[in-house]
Amino acid sequence: MKRRLLTGNGAAAWGARLANVDYVPAFPITPQTEIIETLGSWIDSKEMAGRMVTLESEHSMVTAAGAAAATGVRVFTATSSQGLLYAMEMLYTVAGWRAPFVMVNVSRGLSAPITLEPDHNDILAARDSGFLQIHAATCQEVLDSVLMAYRLSEDARVRLPVIVNLDGFYLSFTREPVEVPKEDKVLSFLPPFDPENIRFRASTPISQAVAVLGGGPYSYFRYETHLAALNALSVFDEISVEFGRFFGRSFDAVEAYRTEDAEFVFVMMGSFATKAKEATDRLREAGWLVGLVRPKLFRPFPKEHFLKLLKGKKGIAVIDQNISMGKGGVLYTELASVLYGSLDDGPVMASFIGGLGGRDISSEEFFEIAKVIRRAAEEGKAPPPRLLYTEEELREMRKLQVIANAERNQAGKRVGKKDE
Amino acid sequence: MEGYIEIRWHGRAQQGVVTAAKLLGETGLFEGKYVQAFPEFGPERMGAPVKAYNRLSDEQIKMHCQVTAPSVVLIVDPTLIGMDLAGGMETSGGVTEGALEDGIFIVNTPHAPSEMRKKLELLPTQKVFTVDAAHISIDTIGRLLPNTPMLGALTKVTGIIEFDSLISNFKDNYSKKFSEKILNGNVDAMKRGFEEVKGE
Repeated sequence: MKRRLLTGNGAAAWGARLANVDYVPAFPITPQTEIIETLGSWIDSKEMAGRMVTLESEHSMVTAAGAAAATGVRVFTATSSQGLLYAMEMLYTVAGWRAPFVMVNVSRGLSAPITLEPDHNDILAARDSGFLQIHAATCQEVLDSVLMAYRLSEDARVRLPVIVNLDGFYLSFTREPVEVPKEDKVLSFLPPFDPENIRFRASTPISQAVAVLGGGPYSYFRYETHLAALNALSVFDEISVEFGRFFGRSFDAVEAYRTEDAEFVFVMMGSFATKAKEATDRLREAGWLVGLVRPKLFRPFPKEHFLKLLKGKKGIAVIDQNISMGKGGVLYTELASVLYGSLDDGPVMASFIGGLGGRDISSEEFFEIAKVIRRAAEEGKAPPPRLLYTEEELREMRKLQVIANAERNQAGKRVGKKDE
Repeated sequence: MEGYIEIRWHGRAQQGVVTAAKLLGETGLFEGKYVQAFPEFGPERMGAPVKAYNRLSDEQIKMHCQVTAPSVVLIVDPTLIGMDLAGGMETSGGVTEGALEDGIFIVNTPHAPSEMRKKLELLPTQKVFTVDAAHISIDTIGRLLPNTPMLGALTKVTGIIEFDSLISNFKDNYSKKFSEKILNGNVDAMKRGFEEVKGE
């Protein structure tokens, strides 16, 4: 199979193209725009069938995506960061409709202060919406995830929208060799959407909207959505086996790297986990028994996979590329809730926050994290959470503040003179 | 790791830095190597400082992150020398930041390598090469696009890719995109970059 040099955005677009999507409602935002530009150019040159419509906002875009999916066609859309938040009202709504479609989110830190680079506070804001979430760490995984996501989303036992997440810059603009599978093979793995009873014909109009409900019926529909999301756990595992058979690459819900004999384990999501992978190799060379566990599936939360992989470990360092203000790392909190009471003699857990707004996490920092978790395991006591920041960064920050203050004073003087 | 190389490009928006990194990545892939090519820039605007990175390896590349300890630095725009490129989303430091002790610098300038060594304040163990990529591009392509002569120079100095692969990949992938004149102009630019790059 020929490998092409593709960006993460290009890989996402290829996923949509190979899935033969019928409809692409779109709205641009950095660092996602390349996805819809690529799809637009293919549709324009007739290399790809399907219809693209640009909407006036992400809110309308997600509404259009959900409404189209509710008529039984295959829908793809993409957004990022502020765009995802702008659409948030409709994220909950279309998931409640049980509209199956795939949306790519290219992670980018949230405002304020504003940034273009990635962290996961955007995607995690959609955590409770009813959208399922797959997190990619390589450009190949981006393409594979989109195909997996359609199978998962359209499965009659699930019928929920799925977000495929990739990190801005580190994947979206990074070119890597990607195997683009053959169309006929994809067609066998992912046949056209069979909507069964989901359909809409203009000649026979029906209403799918639900009237205002009281607590009883309301709870029924909310529980149904939750149970469908939980169904997705076993459905994902089934599809993942099939995926391996078709394409010769595995796509497990949780990736485990060098964990079998590991005493200490890093837990991370997304492309920054590839740094932990590299650090794992360096630490192993230095005699440390460490490994990495990375959930690709985040919603539903793959509890059993984690328990199996983390059983018998001495310590776990969860490195969150997000921050829940007033609480801390989201993945840490979720994992702690899974491990608590589930494992006898469970491992000590430590929480680290890093990589916000694309901040690098250096190899040295992984060494430091390993030391912290080893000490914690020896003492049998969880250490306080840490916000990763170096002395050098703090010095640079202080320098910027001094400059900003000097400029502000200078500006104040100029304004003062004018007034006199 | 043997056969593993990390490269950093410095230039300004519209100078073709991102495309150069892409071309290098494609050429590596053409030769069957594992590759990465990626840019780093702030809000899009003409003339803003841009960095781009490459990794080339005989083994699979795991990491997805900036190159912080490059073995080769290409300075496509010499006016960036001496500037602190911090601010916005970039990490602190200038064009020499983090370069390996035996790192290689290739500068787009008509000046001699020894002058650039002084200007860059390089370590005695670091090597410096110069090529007048700006003038080559004006001669061959008819406009200021120093990226392809720099690729020719990089090929000569490091040997990480074969010159023939550079040309073949370029002709294969871009003959549809560019007119024959532009295509041949760029091929000439690569050749001249390869031939005219100077060491100390």
